[in-house]
Amino acid sequence: MSGSNKIQRRAFVSDLLGKRDGTLVIPGLGSPTWDCFAAGDSPEYLYSWGGMGLSVPTALGLALAQPNKRILALTGDGEMMMGIGSLGVVADQAPGNLAILVLDNEHFGETGRQTGLSSNQADLCKIAEGFGIKQTMAVTEHGAVGELADFLFKAPGPVFATAKIALSDDPWMLPVKDGVAIAQRFRTALGVDET
Amino acid sequence: MTTPYDWSSDVFSEIKKRNIETVCTVPDGGLTQLLNMVKDDTDTRLVTLSTEEESMGIVTGHWLGGKRSMVAMQSSGVGNCINALGYPAVMRAPCLMIVTMRGQWGEFNPWQVQMGRSTETVLEAIGVKCFPVDKPEEVGETFAGAAGLAFNGGFSAAVLISQRIIGAKGFGKE
Repeated sequence: MSGSNKIQRRAFVSDLLGKRDGTLVIPGLGSPTWDCFAAGDSPEYLYSWGGMGLSVPTALGLALAQPNKRILALTGDGEMMMGIGSLGVVADQAPGNLAILVLDNEHFGETGRQTGLSSNQADLCKIAEGFGIKQTMAVTEHGAVGELADFLFKAPGPVFATAKIALSDDPWMLPVKDGVAIAQRFRTALGVDET
Repeated sequence: MTTPYDWSSDVFSEIKKRNIETVCTVPDGGLTQLLNMVKDDTDTRLVTLSTEEESMGIVTGHWLGGKRSMVAMQSSGVGNCINALGYPAVMRAPCLMIVTMRGQWGEFNPWQVQMGRSTETVLEAIGVKCFPVDKPEEVGETFAGAAGLAFNGGFSAAVLISQRIIGAKGFGKE
């Protein structure tokens, strides 16, 4: 139950991304995007304001196109549930450079804290394993951030992790919302010019 | 019996010419030959999806990484994609689709008709340029035109291949 979740998302994401070492980040829409921006702006974050369910597919497409770069899909439990079948696609394609982290507060935090499907029933790590993603990690303490960073940024992928985060009231941290600007900045940082 | 015109080879040849390295799909019977060509080509990646809207993320991510990809699906799958189609569009990521139509020419299965009838309307409504084609020998050049618009302009474009080209699945009945 989320009432017992202890991890504070902003500090946790900030400490995690401090160890990313060039990993490109595809945050899901809403809070994970605000968390990334709050951790310090970077052109290597593809901020998202929409397309619920597409964080993992986008990260997968990027991972296949850039096999020498590490890619992290950083999303929430509701966004992951909407694109849950994409875990099967990830397992099937099996990119060694792809990591997925779900910040699981077990609620729809952006829309009024309605209870989510991972609150009482669904176990996201077991679902990922069921789809065929063999390496998974469930984190419940802030102190595990170093171990989690090694797993997400260094272990042979695809890897999948959850961090059980507390429901929290964090100040709005809103990055640029022009999709063309976000995408072009990301591509420029990658050194990509052509389609 | 005459051999049906091989439009799949024309499309595949354009895929190769244009350096499209990944094809995302939920399969359709009408796409069988094309998907087999992709599967058998070691330089082209076939990505099998659980649902079609995943492809809007994959093609966007692929473009962000500097590579070309596309989607191949049945018209019913278009209905699964509508919100997701806003995603490449807002970033002006190219989204090229080839859609085999159901529910229009001699359709046996009434459950296919509603989405088939709506496919072009809903695609245009969300901002996708549609290229309907009903002659097999014109599929290749139509696909080339759509690909040019998508990859050179950063647009979403869909080639709609008429059920008249594919033929209706008969389920053993006339």
